[in-house]
Amino acid sequence: MSTAAAIAAAATSANTSTGEAVTFWLLGPLAVLGAFGVLFSRKAVHSALLLALTMLSLAVLYLAQDAPFLGVVQAVVYTGAVMMLFLFVLMLVGVDSADSLVETLRGQRIAAVVAAIGFGTLLILSIGGAVVTNVGLDKANSGGNVQGLADLIFSRYVFAFEVTSALLITAAMGAMVLAHRERHEARATQRELSEARFRGGQHPAPLPGPGVFARHNAVDTPALLPDGTAAELSISRVLAARGDMRPVPGAETSASPAELARRDEGDR
Amino acid sequence: MNPMNYVYLSAILFSVGAAGVLLRRNAIVVFMCIELMLNATNLAFVTFARMQGSLDGQVIAFFVMVVAAAEVVVGLAIIVTIFRTRRSASVDGANLLKY
Repeated sequence: MSTAAAIAAAATSANTSTGEAVTFWLLGPLAVLGAFGVLFSRKAVHSALLLALTMLSLAVLYLAQDAPFLGVVQAVVYTGAVMMLFLFVLMLVGVDSADSLVETLRGQRIAAVVAAIGFGTLLILSIGGAVVTNVGLDKANSGGNVQGLADLIFSRYVFAFEVTSALLITAAMGAMVLAHRERHEARATQRELSEARFRGGQHPAPLPGPGVFARHNAVDTPALLPDGTAAELSISRVLAARGDMRPVPGAETSASPAELARRDEGDR
Repeated sequence: MNPMNYVYLSAILFSVGAAGVLLRRNAIVVFMCIELMLNATNLAFVTFARMQGSLDGQVIAFFVMVVAAAEVVVGLAIIVTIFRTRRSASVDGANLLKY
């Protein structure tokens, strides 16, 4: 009778509240789904967003586990700063830099999946044999979670904390040195830029706007040249390629840039 | 619910992250998988802190976060530098140290 009561007491002490269980069973699968999404999504941006989902789920799980400081830091630093840094670098490197699907080492993919599954099984089986005690953080958190953490950081872990500051400064310096690019040639002057533009042989001036001297000023209406023909240069190339150019009533067939150049030659 | 479930979740997330490091070729995605593994260890630290009733685990998780932030900064700078010279962020491309 007494042993049964002791076992029951141990079971109730080792178990968590119903609300926490609901949170776990909602957010745990969500975190695992996000992790698998990171693994399998073809685009790197989708991977980054799904990783942010996983990190937010973990932040809520920290909150549920009496770690409010770590939960907030996880949401602010990890999801807010680190993942957004990832997204910035993705935009810098090019979102469409596709992952190559060519296997460079034969059988590497299968070996990697087998290794990961084996490692996970080993981890779970070895942890499953551990003796579970659930003391809970009520006593440690009695003076407040942040105060308790500060007590530890500034007393027992103060040396590690100071070393951390050196690490952060070194990391900032390293990032600046790595991302810095030395300029090897002199910056082009305005005169050189202008000469390059006129020597290039392209249209040196801005292109004519659409709808100048025409009945409409919509973007699909070509501007009219002094001789009444349509100036194809005034229409966006995309519209011209799609055939969305509005025909000019009363004008002869629109003049292509080549034809305009030929006409210029004839005038001279 | 047994609090060991958190540790099992952490083991699953760590394994998925390890599989990602081994499987993916894009250096940035590989890096994200490393972050996933660090998060999984953090979850284990927080859970063990709660089970043992002491805050040391949370302090160590905090230090892991700081080190991860520093690592992300330097790693992304290296990726940007490699991309600038090779025009590619694939980990197969950077093989100049091989010879």
